[in-house]
Amino acid sequence: MSTIVSLPDQSTARVPKRNYLTNENGLMSWLLTGDHKRIAILYLISITFFFFIGGALAGLIRLELLTPQSDLMASDTYNKIFTMHGVIMIFLFLVPSVPATLGNFLIPIMIGAKDLAFPKINLLSWYLYLAGGTMTLAAMITGGVDTGWTFTTPMSTHFSNTNVVTTGLAIFIAGFSSIFTGLNFIVTVHRMRAPGMTWFKLPLFVWAHYAASVLMVLGTPVLAITLVLVVLERTIGIGVFDPTKGGDPILFQHLFWFYSHPAVYIMILPGFGVISEVISTFSRKRIFGYTAVAFSSMAIAVFGFFVWAHHMFIMGVSNYAVLVFSLLTMLVAVPSAIKIFNWAFTLYKGSITFETPMLYAFGFMGLFTIGGLTGVFLGSAGTDIHLTETYFIVAHFHFVMVGGMLMAFLSGIHFWWPKMTGRMYPEKISQLAAVVTFIGFNLTFFPQFLLGMLGMPRRYAAYPQEFQVLNVFSTAGATILGVGYLLPMIYLVWSLKYGQVAGANPWQATGLEWQIQSPPLTENFTTIPIVTQDVYDYEWLERQKEHEVTHVG
Amino acid sequence: MSDSHAIATAEAGHDHGEHPAYLRHHFVSLEQQQETASFGMWLFLLTEIMFFGGLFTAYLIYRNWYYPAFVAASHTLNIFEGSLNTLILITSSFTMAMGVWCAETKRRQGLIISLILTLILGLGFLGVKADEYHEKYVKHHIPGHTFSPQGFIHPDQEALKGGEKPLAPDMAAKTEVYFSLYFAMTGMHAVHMIIGIALLCGMLWKATRGAYMDGNIAYVENFGLYWHFVDIVWIFLFPLLYLISRHQ
Repeated sequence: MSTIVSLPDQSTARVPKRNYLTNENGLMSWLLTGDHKRIAILYLISITFFFFIGGALAGLIRLELLTPQSDLMASDTYNKIFTMHGVIMIFLFLVPSVPATLGNFLIPIMIGAKDLAFPKINLLSWYLYLAGGTMTLAAMITGGVDTGWTFTTPMSTHFSNTNVVTTGLAIFIAGFSSIFTGLNFIVTVHRMRAPGMTWFKLPLFVWAHYAASVLMVLGTPVLAITLVLVVLERTIGIGVFDPTKGGDPILFQHLFWFYSHPAVYIMILPGFGVISEVISTFSRKRIFGYTAVAFSSMAIAVFGFFVWAHHMFIMGVSNYAVLVFSLLTMLVAVPSAIKIFNWAFTLYKGSITFETPMLYAFGFMGLFTIGGLTGVFLGSAGTDIHLTETYFIVAHFHFVMVGGMLMAFLSGIHFWWPKMTGRMYPEKISQLAAVVTFIGFNLTFFPQFLLGMLGMPRRYAAYPQEFQVLNVFSTAGATILGVGYLLPMIYLVWSLKYGQVAGANPWQATGLEWQIQSPPLTENFTTIPIVTQDVYDYEWLERQKEHEVTHVG
Repeated sequence: MSDSHAIATAEAGHDHGEHPAYLRHHFVSLEQQQETASFGMWLFLLTEIMFFGGLFTAYLIYRNWYYPAFVAASHTLNIFEGSLNTLILITSSFTMAMGVWCAETKRRQGLIISLILTLILGLGFLGVKADEYHEKYVKHHIPGHTFSPQGFIHPDQEALKGGEKPLAPDMAAKTEVYFSLYFAMTGMHAVHMIIGIALLCGMLWKATRGAYMDGNIAYVENFGLYWHFVDIVWIFLFPLLYLISRHQ
């Protein structure tokens, strides 16, 4: 199989002695670092930790659902398990996943800067994340929460006897970590670009993060105030959401989804960014319709703020509101489709190779498309009333979040692993892992579409006998999926010591990050680059190489 | 390909000797650093607007639903103390602006005096606010299980003379929503004041030790923006909670 990987001669190549990892030593040099690359590594370690906790909880859920009766755990425990799974996966994994790791690492390098605009705030955001994460774990260990990740009132404010306040405050704190990340990215993209790096020379990865940052900055504070009101209602008994006092629980839904729908785009947009880079590199082509893809990110950010009530079609909002929000929901499918079509056209007549990041990217395109299209079903009010609160919803958002975002995350991790560590991951086994993940994922979540169509409700530990076969498929799939996630964990750690030396640009990619050594220096660039080439300009890269050969010769 | 091979070698556009010590390593020029700090602060204030925005939305909705309860409840607020607090905050914004100006023009004494005045006014605001909260406590207007709408169902003689009309019990009960919002909004505002005062103390301490006299005043400027923002939030809260529907 053809490949574009070009590694330096392994007998002589060495990982550069001076780089951001070796620049300083000792624990304190990590805990007090201002270097965006080190903070990205800190984030990567912490989100991986929370991912595996959330994943273990998912495993318990699937194990319980293997049989129709609730036999592994009591219903109360099941409620707590799926709540903690949701809270951890959404707030502690998906929201920071790509932005806080790859985004943190790459955005300054991609735009030719030495660091993010506010290194200390960047570090603070990691500590806030850690504080939020620790509080969530504390809430879980001391009794858990059973409201679902949506903190639905009046369940959360009046009826639940679990740790709603601790978890609410934990999410409040973690939310600020997200706000600071977004704020840092926006200011960095505006003010820190290298000479010549105009807006339309920015890699699409940066555009996608810019759009996601806008959502983080404008959306998260609304979640913060909503959680404050829930906590105040639960502790001192104010009446903003309490119907017995004249408050309205639907207002809670509006405020909550005003953040939590855009949050879906906070999670997926950075994934779009990764896919754009990967598709371009492994098709050796400029992204088709670069401007359209860039603007579609911004369009998603704008439209994303006006569709929140499609989570509330059966909650007593007016029929006219349903009509308007249904229409707006259809509109947000347009920019997403623009992206998918443009990636497909980029592949057309490209010189495609099938390295691991590309395999994950293909997985992303297929699964995200299914996830997105089923979203259109759910956006149409009629079908939504039949399908909402069933496993169809669960399957839909897992196709987008796990099939989409997690695939994109793994694609990005593999793609930039040589840049972050200076070493290649083992190619064959990682291709296997990508395939295993894809198969496991489909086996887990496709049956859930069918279950939903048949009417199996979500969030119950027990279910009627006739749903068992599909549930067994799903649980079997989850086991395979678990293997698919453990494999990268193992071989990526292995590669830190035994991987082949990657050299500066193993993929022959065009981004600024590939033109510097791997792993990069602490200051990224010895001199600030002046950008003259266009974005995704592979001819420019060829000329650079020719020049280098003649220069050496 | 050599290890640290940047794609283009820009001529270093600056001489390191010329820069003041406070230019951070990752900025090219002082101008870039200052613009960045200021832009970041404005963005942060935007997030603050969204934060308070949730409360204003709730206020708007419930005010439309429970208009008579909102009118009656707003009549019980202490308009004198509210106006006094507005005056205090506007004055404190002025003293803070003076502080920024003093820092810009490198007047150390002036900066310290301005900051002390701002601090005193800020604490004064909180003092008056505490007195208002105490009044609510005495009248059983704090939402929660001590709340009582009796005063709105059976207004006392003084209130009746002032033109107050008794509310039906179900509408009177809705005053609890008003007071929930009152405490949530003024409470969140007070939290911002307390954070501001804590930051102010730190800045004052640094100023007495000679900081901000070398042109490195981004912190003072940004704190000024924050302080004015908190002031402006009050400028919205005061009419919404105290003034509108006053004469009905």
